[in-house]
Amino acid sequence: MAEESGSGITKKFLYVNRRAPYGTIYALESLEVVLIGAAFEQDVSLAFLGDGVYQLAKGQDTKGLEVKNFSPTFRALEDYDVTKLYVEQEALQARGLNEADLLVPVEVVSAQRMTEIMEAQDVILSF
Amino acid sequence: MKLGILVNEGPYTHAASDTAYQFVKAALAKGHEIYRVFFYHDGVNNGTRLTVPPQDDRNIVKRWSELAAQHKLDLVVCIAAAQRRGLMDAAEAKRNGKDADNLAPGFRISGLGQLIEAGIQADRLVVFGD
Repeated sequence: MAEESGSGITKKFLYVNRRAPYGTIYALESLEVVLIGAAFEQDVSLAFLGDGVYQLAKGQDTKGLEVKNFSPTFRALEDYDVTKLYVEQEALQARGLNEADLLVPVEVVSAQRMTEIMEAQDVILSF
Repeated sequence: MKLGILVNEGPYTHAASDTAYQFVKAALAKGHEIYRVFFYHDGVNNGTRLTVPPQDDRNIVKRWSELAAQHKLDLVVCIAAAQRRGLMDAAEAKRNGKDADNLAPGFRISGLGQLIEAGIQADRLVVFGD
């Protein structure tokens, strides 16, 4: 991977997570891109909108679903220097959640502020 | 402009692959460069040579293969997503002890790094999905 990342270009990458963690594979495969992408030393942020906020909910138990609970991986993001996590305030509110229900430190932002964050990016990957 | 393309949905169920194809064709016609087309999630299914759509319908896979041949496009199927979904070239089939391979002409299998690299190298990365 090192030779691929040796471009000397640093861009602002935003991963937009819009879907619930289970039910579809988008959330899990999005996280896989984030982890691989970390090797490229880009300026990475993650956004959680809509049902995507459930990805960060504490206390996920997937035993009954017989799928892997990948939520602990979000705690490892810090080790990959991925620390900018933005969560849409309106999405949390609509689902009866607040910052204390989330398993990692995040910045809760309004939908309006989220548009500004998006505006400032070079590359937006939406999952 | 140098464009990177990401296709996140498979053929026929979703329009994403059709839209991406039309977009790429139009961009090429306007003189833009397509740096890479990366297939992820169920999008990897656009790379199977075993689809047999009805004759009066478009052949999505074949159409990508033909466009790749005409314009030397780099069509890359994500290896992790492909392995989950049973997409493999001859080398992957051998490595995984499988008795068949199904990657269509013009496609190659590689890692997610190719997507990130496309994001870095292209002027715009355009995502086609749901």
